[in-house]
Amino acid sequence: MHWMLDTAIATTAAPVADHAAGNSLVTIAYLVAGVLFILSLAGLSKQETASRGTWYGILGMALALVAAILGPDVTLYGWLAIAIIPAALIGGALAIRVQMTEMPQLVALLHSFVGAAAVLVGFASFLDPHPGMSMAEAIVHEIEVYIGVCVGAITLTGSIIAGLKLHGKISGKPLMLPARHLLNLVAAIVTVLLGVWFVDAAVDVAADAIVIDTLGVTLLIAATVLTGLLGAHMVMAIGGADMPVVVSMLNSYSGWAAAAAGFMLGNDLLIITGALVGSSGAILSLIMCRGMNRSLVSVILGGFGAAEGTKAAPGEGPQGEVIEINAEDTVDYMRAAKSVVIVPGYGMAVAQAQHALADLTKKLRADGVVVRFAIHPVAGRLPGHMNVLLAEAGIPYDIVLEMDEINNDLPDTDVVLVIGANDIVNPGAENDPSSPIAGMPVLQVWKSKMVVVMKRGMATGYAGVENPLFFNDNTRMLFGDAKKSVDEMLAAAPG
Amino acid sequence: MKLGIPREVTSEERRVAVVPKTVERLQKMGFDVIVESGAGVAAECSDAKYLEAGGSVVTSAAGVYAEADVVLKVNPPTSSEVEMLRDGQILIGMIWPANQDTLIAELAAKGVTTIAMDCVPRISRAQKLDVLSALANIAGYRAVIEAAHLFGRFFAGQMTAAGRVEPAKVLVIGGGVAGLSAMTTARGLGAIVRGFDTRLAVKEQVESLGADFLVLEFEESGEGEGGYAKVMSEAFLEAEMKLFAEQAIEVDIIVTTAMIPGRDAPVLITSGMVETMKEGSVIVDLAAERGGNCALTVAGKIIEHHGVSIVGYTDLPGRMPSLSSRLYGNALTAMLQEMGGGEDFTVDIDNEIIRGALVTHDHAITWPPPRPDEPTTTTDYAKDFGKRPESESVDVEHTPVIAPAAKKGIMTVVGALAGLALILAIGLWAPTDFTTHFTVFVLACFVGWQVVWAVTPALHTPLMSVTNAISGIIILGGLLHLSDHATGGAVALGLLAVFFATINITGGFFVTRRMLAMFRR
Repeated sequence: MHWMLDTAIATTAAPVADHAAGNSLVTIAYLVAGVLFILSLAGLSKQETASRGTWYGILGMALALVAAILGPDVTLYGWLAIAIIPAALIGGALAIRVQMTEMPQLVALLHSFVGAAAVLVGFASFLDPHPGMSMAEAIVHEIEVYIGVCVGAITLTGSIIAGLKLHGKISGKPLMLPARHLLNLVAAIVTVLLGVWFVDAAVDVAADAIVIDTLGVTLLIAATVLTGLLGAHMVMAIGGADMPVVVSMLNSYSGWAAAAAGFMLGNDLLIITGALVGSSGAILSLIMCRGMNRSLVSVILGGFGAAEGTKAAPGEGPQGEVIEINAEDTVDYMRAAKSVVIVPGYGMAVAQAQHALADLTKKLRADGVVVRFAIHPVAGRLPGHMNVLLAEAGIPYDIVLEMDEINNDLPDTDVVLVIGANDIVNPGAENDPSSPIAGMPVLQVWKSKMVVVMKRGMATGYAGVENPLFFNDNTRMLFGDAKKSVDEMLAAAPG
Repeated sequence: MKLGIPREVTSEERRVAVVPKTVERLQKMGFDVIVESGAGVAAECSDAKYLEAGGSVVTSAAGVYAEADVVLKVNPPTSSEVEMLRDGQILIGMIWPANQDTLIAELAAKGVTTIAMDCVPRISRAQKLDVLSALANIAGYRAVIEAAHLFGRFFAGQMTAAGRVEPAKVLVIGGGVAGLSAMTTARGLGAIVRGFDTRLAVKEQVESLGADFLVLEFEESGEGEGGYAKVMSEAFLEAEMKLFAEQAIEVDIIVTTAMIPGRDAPVLITSGMVETMKEGSVIVDLAAERGGNCALTVAGKIIEHHGVSIVGYTDLPGRMPSLSSRLYGNALTAMLQEMGGGEDFTVDIDNEIIRGALVTHDHAITWPPPRPDEPTTTTDYAKDFGKRPESESVDVEHTPVIAPAAKKGIMTVVGALAGLALILAIGLWAPTDFTTHFTVFVLACFVGWQVVWAVTPALHTPLMSVTNAISGIIILGGLLHLSDHATGGAVALGLLAVFFATINITGGFFVTRRMLAMFRR
């Protein structure tokens, strides 16, 4: 170990033999780990195989770690133990103590750690490049370092902001700075220019050497700060119902950050894993965007509904009288029904109504009522968030269905109970071309015989759109806190 | 406030305005209830039950009228009943003011405030007060039951040892409340049910009941040209009659429910059509009171023509007096609630519902009420067919769609070209080491893409946490700098990276396991 900066390491020096010797075995271990990671994701295709899938993932990780630690590169075991043991305990504690409703925050927080690690690895790799690179390889390496650090920094700050927003520490409303698109553009251009400067400073073509000096470090820090601000600003501008897209996008970024680290270290396992995670996050973002009928670009640019002038003027929207209902009557209708579909939304999570809802479901099922849950792709603040909450409450997963699975059954459904959801059951999305959410696929609850909407009041959803569903003849409104209303329903359902 | 419930004097009327169960609710609302002895007997409500529910029973109608502030009735009052009403008294019941000119005049002259339950405006808020729908529902059900009674076969098809019984075919004309109710009932008995309505919007509802919706073979050309509605309606009616004629030969039972507000019911089944029907067939005409949808219908009677029974009962809801009375009483309760209940009872003329149902008030006739909006005549054939919603939205939807689609195509091409250029550039200039890694990267992206699409949406949150955990593999990046060869700065940074990545690995895997353990069947 030596403490020095301002060094120049000559390229094309070739003392790599000792590295290669133990490396074959390590590489094979990495290959197996990569395969196990793929199997781990493949396992998630079904609930039955999901648990086995996680074990594959754990096994793969253990294998990769053991191989790396026993491999020729790692020698500072004491330091390693100091870093790894407390971190493992912290991670475990986080995972055990987190409430299922707080999953979005936790996921965002974990993304930020990957981002942080990517930045750190980038700096470390700049200070300690692997020896034996040719000139061209050195240039590519410095570019990789720069990209890795930038993507890592965006992931880091973006995830922190997303986590704070999801945790309610800062307002979930999109922050609209004036000329924010211009700001982003300038930041992006400056980042690229800094990158060119950095590579130029880090590689001395004339001397055929890599230069590690304070200028390089300074430039890298500047880039980190700049892209960090860019990431924070980007997430600040996105809010509310777009948060699931943001979280999955950051998931994707964390993958690309890991892949970039893999490139700079020449490590295929990192590249494979990064690519897996990156595409996974990208797919989730895509699914979420389709769920809202929005393009990824428009989500990233932020500020829902403010961009286009399509929003209907107030007063133009559907109006009329709503018909109220109380909890007792709702229970009576549900118990008399043959089939009931429950549509949960973020409101259910906020009110923590899932446990009471599970008890109610149990009672109804004991009465012979067919109860099912309908989950819209963007319900909640995280892809699949509702499923996790319902699973936590002990609701069997085979009665929890996706939108496409259940939409055709809704016309034959006697009672639909909408709990804490709004935009995802808005008929305006299908039949009002002027609606800001026009074209968004929605749960067609209005086709059922009767809809009971549980809501705190007549406020609009995140999209700020009036919901004509509330004024339908077959819709009843059950106002009040979701948890309280479900408790009342439970009390009214004896046995 | 005292509510009076006299016995219905109209012959054959078995219903009563309020049943004992309703009395309980009315009392909770702050009303006292006086019932004429024997008022509910025909509807299975004895005096004892009214007393038990907290009402008081008086022996004569005169007693009820003398004591009550509000008289609740089912049928319009007869002249002898009008005699008993007094100035300032409130009468709530079915009045049918459209053809009761003399009655209304008498009530107004007496100073009675009359509220007609049959005139409650059909707005969402007034749904609870909608007796017409409640009664139509019963009528539709009873129509099928009457038909089943007269019909000589099972409704459902059966394969028995004694031979095959084919299912009955039922045609229901009109998809309003009564029609839909009839369809439901006939389906429930196992018949093959066909529904028809001029409003295509009803199609979905009809089909949701398991009935087939009959569509006219009818050209809808020239839409959007002015003044076509009239021409259209004639051609339309012709096509409609042709359809009915065809159906008459085929079906066993026809239930007709077509009514046009303020007019005689349209004749849809001619005597010629009846003669083509199979012997033993049944027609139930719910429009009998308004002249009937069948040319041969006699109001209030069953007649037989060429072996076909034609039911013209006008009191189908009254044939189920206990249920009808209960639902009617609920609507009355809702009306009384709307008027403020027992404590704050007022006749609020500004209340849209009460104003709509108010027939006489303060010695004046207040019917028909002023119309704030253009009423929607849902049963008007030609008009409704002309203004189907599809025709309106056509222009709005189509034009703007093409542009973004084309734009998207261009974007795809540009994207593909850019990707190609990038790959070419890499192939030309990048070092071999990089291209090897790049190959791995691209292949891994594709594998990831394929694998992740297969993930069930229910497990998207576990997917995120498990990808979180495995992206902790970035720990390798930190580990590789933990060697004696590395500079002190690199080691420190590497250690920090290891620290963060470890939190990810343990946290991610732990929380995934925790979540997956919750997913139970």
